[in-house]
Formats: sequence, C-alpha cells, structure tokens
Amino acid sequence: MTESNIAIELINVDKHFGAVHANDKVNLSVRSGTIHGIVGENGAGKSTLMSILYGFYQADSGEIKVFNKEFRATSSKQSIEAGIGMVHQHFMLVDNFTVLENVVLGSEGGALITESLSNARIELKRLANEYGLEVELDIAVEELSVGMQQRVEILKGLYKGAKVLILDEPTGVLTPQESDELFRIFEALKKQGVTIILITHKLREIMSITDHVSVMRAGKMVAHRETSQTNPEELAELMIGRKVLLNIKKSKAKIGNPVLVAKNLEIENEQGLKRVSNVSFEACSGEILGIAGVTGNGQGTLLKALAGILPISSGTIEIMGETITSKNTLNPEQLRNLGVAHVPEDRQRMGMISEFTASETALLGYHNDKNINQGVWLRRASVKANCESIMEAFDVRPNNPNLMSSNFSGGNQQKLILAREFERDPDVLIIGQPTRGVDIGAIEFIRKRIIDMRDTGKAIILISVELEEIMSLSDRIVVMCDGEITGTVNGTDADEATLGMMMANALESDDELTGIKS
Amino acid sequence: MTRERRLSWINGFLLPFLNVLTAFIATAIVFVLIGVDPIKATKILIYGALGYDEGLGYTLYYATNFVFTGLAVAVAFHAGLFNIGGEGQAYVGGLGTALVALYLNPAMSAWIVIPLAISGGLLFGALWAIVPAYLQAYRGSHIVITTIMFNFLASALMVYVLVNVLREVGEMSPESADFIKASWLPFVHDVFASFGYKIAKSPLNLSILVALFFSGLVWFFLWHTRWGFAIRAVGKSNDAAVYGGINPKKIIIVTMCISGALAGLVGINELMGVQHRLFLNFNYGYGFGGIAVALMGRNHPVGILIAAFLFGILYQGGAELDFELQNVSRDIVVVMQGLVILFCGGLEYLYRPILIRFLAPIEGAE
Repeated sequence: MTESNIAIELINVDKHFGAVHANDKVNLSVRSGTIHGIVGENGAGKSTLMSILYGFYQADSGEIKVFNKEFRATSSKQSIEAGIGMVHQHFMLVDNFTVLENVVLGSEGGALITESLSNARIELKRLANEYGLEVELDIAVEELSVGMQQRVEILKGLYKGAKVLILDEPTGVLTPQESDELFRIFEALKKQGVTIILITHKLREIMSITDHVSVMRAGKMVAHRETSQTNPEELAELMIGRKVLLNIKKSKAKIGNPVLVAKNLEIENEQGLKRVSNVSFEACSGEILGIAGVTGNGQGTLLKALAGILPISSGTIEIMGETITSKNTLNPEQLRNLGVAHVPEDRQRMGMISEFTASETALLGYHNDKNINQGVWLRRASVKANCESIMEAFDVRPNNPNLMSSNFSGGNQQKLILAREFERDPDVLIIGQPTRGVDIGAIEFIRKRIIDMRDTGKAIILISVELEEIMSLSDRIVVMCDGEITGTVNGTDADEATLGMMMANALESDDELTGIKS
Repeated sequence: MTRERRLSWINGFLLPFLNVLTAFIATAIVFVLIGVDPIKATKILIYGALGYDEGLGYTLYYATNFVFTGLAVAVAFHAGLFNIGGEGQAYVGGLGTALVALYLNPAMSAWIVIPLAISGGLLFGALWAIVPAYLQAYRGSHIVITTIMFNFLASALMVYVLVNVLREVGEMSPESADFIKASWLPFVHDVFASFGYKIAKSPLNLSILVALFFSGLVWFFLWHTRWGFAIRAVGKSNDAAVYGGINPKKIIIVTMCISGALAGLVGINELMGVQHRLFLNFNYGYGFGGIAVALMGRNHPVGILIAAFLFGILYQGGAELDFELQNVSRDIVVVMQGLVILFCGGLEYLYRPILIRFLAPIEGAE
C-alpha cells in the first residue's frame, strides 16, 4: 500500500462538546476506491466525526488529510471543493423542485438559471450512464420513491465533483430490494474509483458490502477490521463492549382468543389522503402480531387509527368488546381506559414532551387518573413517586424524575415510554418502532420485555421497519404495501426474501422499474 | 449545583436580568442623544416611581393592570397561543363590569355587587376571546390575526355602545353614568385610614389584591391541576397531547376563554377601582403592555408580578420625567417599553450562548 491511495486520513482527531468527549483521539484511514463501513451505537461519535469531515464542526485538535493534502473545513462548501460529498439520513431535497433543479441548487453559476440547467442536464446524463444512476430529470422530487430520492442525493454529490461519498444510514428507509439496488450502485461507483464511507448500525450491510470496517464506541475508534476477516458477532461485541444476544430466545406462543379484530379498514391520514384500504386482521391474546412494511406504506396510519388518534373512514375494529366504526369512535383516553396501550412510532414528537420533566412525560395520557388527582389538585408527589417506580422497573437511567425528558438518551427515553405503557397492565399493546434509534444494549432489554408481556397473555401488535426485529419477535407477520395487506406469514416460516417481495408488492413490480410512485 | 439547576438559573433569572439591563443601557443612550443626563433622568424616574407614597401608589396601580394582561398573555402562551387581543378583551371586559355595576339594585350589598361585577368582567373578556379561539381551533384562522382584528372590533363596539347606548341624556362626552356605590372598590389609602394609618391619596385600590389572588390561581392552575397539564402539553407538543387523549381544539377554546377573562379584569382596577364609570379607551396600552410583561416574566406568575412592577415604575416614573424635564415627553415610556420588548422578546437569547459557555457545559451533539 502506497501513500497515494489513501483518500481520507484522520490522525488523533479530538472533539469535545462541553463535558462530553464526542471524539477521543480518533484515527482512521480510508483507502481510495474502497467501501469503508463505520459502525457504532447511537452516541458513539460516528455522526460527529463525519460532521467534522463535512465542515459542520471543527475538531478541537488533530489532523485531517484528504488525498494527502492537509484539510481543515470550516464550511461544507470547502469540503465539497475538496471532493467530499455527503448523503444525509434525512434527505436535503426541495420536494417541489425537479430533480434537475435540486441537483443544481447551490451551484447555479450566473444570474440566469437556464444555462446552468442545460449544462447540468448534459453532465447528469453522462454521470447517469457512467454509474448506472438513471433518474428522470424533469420530475418533481416529491413524485419519486424514497429509493429514487436517495439516488438524486448521490447524483448531487457526484455532480459537485465528489470523489468521496459519505452516506449516513442510507438503508433505513429502503426495502431490502431497494437496498440491494443501492449496493449495486455502490459497486459501480467503486469501479469508477469513488470512495464510499458507509455509516450504519446494520451489521448485515457491513458484512455484505464493505471492504473495511471501523468500529466506534463511546467516542473512541476501538477497532479496524478487514470485512472478510471478521463476523457480525465480533463487531457487535466490539460496538457495545460485551457479548449481546441479538436473537432473543422465546418460548412457543400460547395463543388465546382474538381480542382485536379489524375488518375492511379504510383510513385517511391527517391530510385526508387514503393511506389504508381493505385491511383485515385479528390479534389474539398471548401472541405478537408483527406488521412489516417500508416506512410510509400505511402502517403508521393504521397504528394511529388503532390507538384512536385517527378516525377510520370505513370498516370496523372490535377491541375489548367495543366496536369502533367511522361513526362510533373512541378517543385515545377511552381506549386506554379499555386497556389498550400505545407506544407511538415517533418517540420524540408523540411519545413524550421533550421540554417536560420525566415525571410529566410519565404522566402523559394518564393525567386524569383518580389516584393522582384529589379534586382539582394534581398531586405532584404521587406523580413523582409513580415515575420513580416505573423508572425502577425499566431501569431508566438516570433515575431522576425531575430531569428534562430531552436530556435522556434515546434508549432511556424509549424505556420510559414503554414503562409508562407496560406498567399499567394493559390487555392490548400497540407498539410502533420499539427500538428505533436505541442502542443495542437497550434493544435487547426492550425485546425481552415485549416477549415477557406476550407470555403474560397480552395481545401485542408490533410495527417496525426493521425486518430483523419483526422476524425475531413476531408469532405472525402481516406485510403491508401501499396501504394494503400483501401477505401474511407465520413467524417461524418467515424469511427475508419473501417478506421483501411482499413489502414491495412484487406482483405489481412495474412501478418499481420507473421508480415513480403510483 | 447541577448542570440542570445552572441552566434553569441562567434561563430563568440571569437572562431576563441581563436583557432588562441592556434595555436600560440602550435607554440611557437615547437620553444622551436627546441631551438629557441619564443619571439625573434615572434618579427622577426612580424617585418618581418609588420615592414617596403617592408615586408608589401610582406605580402599583399601573402594575395591577399589567398583572392582569400579563397573566392573560402567559396563560395563552402556555397553550402555544399568542394572544394579541388583550387590548380588546380588556376593553369589552370593562363593558361587562360596567353593565353589572350600572344596573344592579343600588341597595344591594357590596359583598354581592363586587363579585358579580368582577364576574361580569371575566365573562365579557372570555366572550370576546371565544370567537378568535373558535376560528383558530376549528377553522385554522391564525389567532394572532383574528385577535388583532378583534381589538379593532372592540374599539368600534365600545364607541358605539358609549355614544349610543350608555351615554346619559344631555351628556356631551361619551361616558356612562356613575356606577352604583356598592360596586366601588375601596382605595388603599381609605383602607389604611380606617385602620388609623395615614398615607397619601393615590388611585391604588383593592384590585391589587384581586391581581395577587389571580396570580396565585394561575400558578396553581397551570402547574397543579390536570387541566393545566393538558394546556401545557398542547403548548409544547400538539402531537403528544393528542396521543395523550387531550383534545387540542377544546384546549384552545378553554385557554383563550381563561386568557380573555384575565384580560377582562383590567376594568376592575380602572373602572370599579378608580373612575367608577365607563369611558373611552380606559384600557389604552395595557393589553399590548401585557405582552411585554409576559415575555419579560417568562410566562410565570412570579416573573409577571416582577415585570408588571417594573412596567408600573416605567409608567409612573416616565410621567415624572415628562413633568420634570423639558425635552422629555411621556412618549419616552413607549420608547423604554419598546426597548424592553426588543431585548426581552426579540433578542431573548442574545446572551445565552455566552452564558452557557462559561457557566454550564452544553451537551454533546451526536
């Protein structure tokens, strides 16, 4: 290996945020023309490191070399000039601009847009041919599927002359098939000499696509490996510093009577768009019913309707002996009183109030309970005691009810929310994305608790975009695509390929080819 | 001291204090520019507002109004609503008070009349807020726009009512008859005199106790009842509130009614306490001043009491400046008020990054 084929080199890069040591003397060298994975738990410092590389933050000390040149970016513009492009987890696209306009954004050139647009068109055609990145240029970005939007992001980077592409959790929003397509693009880019840095927490991807992998833990770079020389177990152990059980053992489900029966549901989302149609299923006590699907295929809308947040427009839900129709609705509070608990998909915006203390977040949804209210008086001492006891039960750290909810880590926030819902001993549990953005240690804990709940005879409806999660927890799996159920499988029979086909509704795969959502 | 405590200390006390200080420094610069010695002006202002019984009485009397409107703005703010309509709600609330205080049987006991007249103010203030609240909750019209429009509507309505309905026959100026005696709130100097203490006459009356009572009530309501919890939940996160089984639409209506009712209490002080009749523009400027008071007081009743007192000082001290100095008019109060709003509201977090860097380590961003 000669000096010249190192694309990016970080030497002793150090970054503090106040008392937090986000990057502790990090060393990293990425060889040119390779795919380099960086794994680590949330909070391990991956994103900080990449933000330093992309000019969002400046390192406190240390050295950065890009293609053997000293590099110190104070803005993303400088990074782009040095040949670094970044595809963020949340796309930075203007929805109602066309693909072409989005790509040109930020490098318009002169006062008139026409000329730069036509130049860009020629350049993009070339790039598309070279890398196999076909995208229709004159279509508004909002019309594109998520996978296609991601391509636009990659094109944007390449158009600006990126020789190193950093992708932050790129497959979080993709179907397995779309992910495979993305990986094919990676291979094509690699052949053309583009260097790719892939930040992810999915070890499967690391194993299948990368050449090298670096592991971060608590701000430190703890290991560098050649991918072919390592395995997922070793990486997981390196990430959290101890052995973990990713596949939790569970006993056979003792399935009881149906407690939630949905028939021919049709549901509109907040904007009045029909997102769920003709959905029927039943959930029985003592089983976990997994609902799989790519984000935005109606699972979220379904979840909200089951929890009473959205009304249904037709069909019925029979739940704990009550029948919900478009006329006879139950609000979230009434459902809670019936014994239906709900862990929402969006922890930050819905499950908690980040500016409230932990004890107030633990009160959300239960503030009318008799045992904490005395006449008009909400007894804060009881509220606090209650919060302390559920924090104890779910090992929420720090165990301080007066701490602002936003100051807990993602895993502890999620544990607090789960504790709030689980500790009321509900009969039906509706759980959305229980482990999204949660570190591996907490994932293990949360999954065990969900199985414990099942074993005490609760009916659990689990919605997750993590197929691996659905597969390891569910006793039965329902797959949704475009608002409809495209398949049902038994948990034990499920495999990723079949589920993936169902998630993409492969019977109508014509839409996939053009990449345009119907 | 933990980092949490330090942060809340910075946000709750140090920041507002520095903001007010900056506003005063800016005011001092204005004084220099118009050729007034700022130190002399400060002395006049402080003495005028606090230095003698009568001045202090006026200061507290002005502050009473600001407590009512400040609380009104704060309650709405906790539900995420920016109630600009305090002006109109105070005005119409005064009408409610006046109707009770004009038309009840004069022979009735003050113990009955006064609570009823206060209720009249609460009720009419709430009614004036309910339409903008409904429009916000169920029709999506922005509360800022509708409450501003309702201020103009209130002005027009009150002119009509005073000129065409309440004006006494043969009377030239648009004002009502005198209220019945039973509705008059006692002056503080009269109360003191009845206990044998002699203090100078001022418009300060017992409505200041009403203001203190409602400050305590608002505090208890917001932080120690389930309804207060629901209001704050809606204010911080609509989605989370809905998830928690709270209906934000209802909360908007209820909160605006409470807000309007509190603003409607300005009439207690101005009409029942001092003037004993209804007249044009008695509410002038207090509704808007309440916004500044709430901003400065961090929407907390204790902060509002402090801020209202400060605004009382500005009002009364400003009047003294106008009286004492030739090249200063009463408008200087508006300038000072504007600067306080600018630094406490618009530039609220001006010093925050610096303070946090030196006094509390910030959390890491990952």
